[in-house]
Amino acid sequence: MFTEENLRRVEEIKKRYPKPMAALLPVLWVAQEQFGWISEDVMRYIADLLGVPFNHVLGVVTFYTMYNRKPVGKYHIQVCANVSCMLRGSDNLIEHLENRLGVKVGETTSDKLFTLSEVECLGSCGTAPMMQVNNDYYDNLTSEKIDNLLEEFKKQANH
Amino acid sequence: MSETTITTKLYAQGGDTAFPKIVLPEIPDLAKIEVYESNGGYGALKKAVGMQPDAVTDEVKKSGLRGRGGAAFPTGLKWTFMPKQTEKTKYLAINADESEPGSFKDRQILEFNPHQLIEGIVIASYAMGIKTAYVYIRGEYYKWTQILQKALDEAYSRGYVGENILGTGFSANIYMHRGAGAYICGEESGLMESIEGKRGYPRVKPPFPAQNGLWGNPTTINNVETIANVPAILWNGAEWFSKIGAQKHPGTLLFGVSGHVNTPGVFELPSGTLLTDIIYKYAGGVIDGKQIKMVIPGGSSMPPLRGDQLEGVRMDAESLKAVGSAVGTGGVIVMDEDTDLVKVLLRVTKFYWHESCGQCTPCREGTGWMRKILQRMSDGNGKVEDLDLLLRVANNIEGNTICALGDAAAWPVKFTIQRFRKELEEEVLQQARNAA
Repeated sequence: MFTEENLRRVEEIKKRYPKPMAALLPVLWVAQEQFGWISEDVMRYIADLLGVPFNHVLGVVTFYTMYNRKPVGKYHIQVCANVSCMLRGSDNLIEHLENRLGVKVGETTSDKLFTLSEVECLGSCGTAPMMQVNNDYYDNLTSEKIDNLLEEFKKQANH
Repeated sequence: MSETTITTKLYAQGGDTAFPKIVLPEIPDLAKIEVYESNGGYGALKKAVGMQPDAVTDEVKKSGLRGRGGAAFPTGLKWTFMPKQTEKTKYLAINADESEPGSFKDRQILEFNPHQLIEGIVIASYAMGIKTAYVYIRGEYYKWTQILQKALDEAYSRGYVGENILGTGFSANIYMHRGAGAYICGEESGLMESIEGKRGYPRVKPPFPAQNGLWGNPTTINNVETIANVPAILWNGAEWFSKIGAQKHPGTLLFGVSGHVNTPGVFELPSGTLLTDIIYKYAGGVIDGKQIKMVIPGGSSMPPLRGDQLEGVRMDAESLKAVGSAVGTGGVIVMDEDTDLVKVLLRVTKFYWHESCGQCTPCREGTGWMRKILQRMSDGNGKVEDLDLLLRVANNIEGNTICALGDAAAWPVKFTIQRFRKELEEEVLQQARNAA
């Protein structure tokens, strides 16, 4: 299932630890990079690859919030709703995003472009309110800034 | 920060000793190894490997350095817990899981001064005879994982990490281990479980990590900011460090200020700096000149302070303890006079409910109950007696769990009610009137 390049990465990762189970989190990251989300088939595949029980892999995947257990949109918008961001108006931004995207928190737009999530503190409290889209942080947000970003993402996606 | 003279030299050498910048010196492009080296970087490592390992630990011990991850435990003392005569492999784990709401300071070190962290890791490894270190970094810090990995690759290529470091025969490897979204992995035993490839379930202590850590081996866990201080201590000596800031909690601290202030951000200041100076001098004061209702001084789990009792409060472990709070991670959250405290408590409690690992019943169930009670208060269906109910639930969590997450969930509720009883009663009644 893994590409040859990713299989090589798995071997490299395993060398960092005295036991193969320890490679599980990094290998799940490799999987999420390749497949976009972690399906049950992928979990079984990784369980075999590392020689750990499937139920252990399932337990780990469901414990950590960042492993997607279903497909997400091309742009995964994750808005911090914790205290520091809340004090700077993150509630309004989430509402604004729900209206703009026409989905509720936890949902994906019908064109599969955007998934909207509410997340806990992302460690960017000094530039609140903020959100993470895929791997990148966007700080000091306003409704206008969000509108511009959404336009930008749509343009990028059309290219 | 214009009023202070800034020491721009690495390891805070020379310059104004009143406001040294130990971990975040204002040197442009310091994340590049050639800049770090040209400013004297890795000089402390060269000095350290010329000393006996025990002498390195002694220096850290004498400096009075205390952990910057929240508990303020003496770092040198922690290092001495590692067994010297042992057949077992010893490990170092660096906690870069920074997830306590209101904390965003370790990220600054990862971004602007990664080599000082790497240098500190190698020195710590040398002192404790450790050959493998893992940096546990939160999954969301993707960009900073890349930055640190790049710095690490550079350090490897120049012989500061890896085999036969600086020709001394000492070898140490550093690996990054990326988390995947779980606050509990910032708890040291949850962190170790996560490195081992498991759910981040905290372990029952004792045994402590120095006896039984990663894969049952002796392990030390230190915070990013703590370790980033180590090169400067080795370079300048313990005495120099021990004289900075508050005597019992010396050095500088990174204060991350957020909430209702004009210029939020991270400020490196001597420990013991007045909280009011941090808020008004450095963070630009409160937006629209409003009064402060509440300040959380050290990340969301620390007991909050009343806005009318901030005068004279100093930001170090001992001073904050004396006023019934704690320095935690130095994450200062400022809330103005119009802040809805029920909403804040609900948000904080929701967080701990979401992040509770579920092992201990008091925490798993208690956080859920507190959340439900606060939700109904926020919806206008609350009663004044609910405050006592919340206190009962909080008291049943505190001290009854494997790890400190239980206390972290109980304290904000307990201390906010104790210190803001009148305000909360008024809010509950007002919200009930609004709902009606």
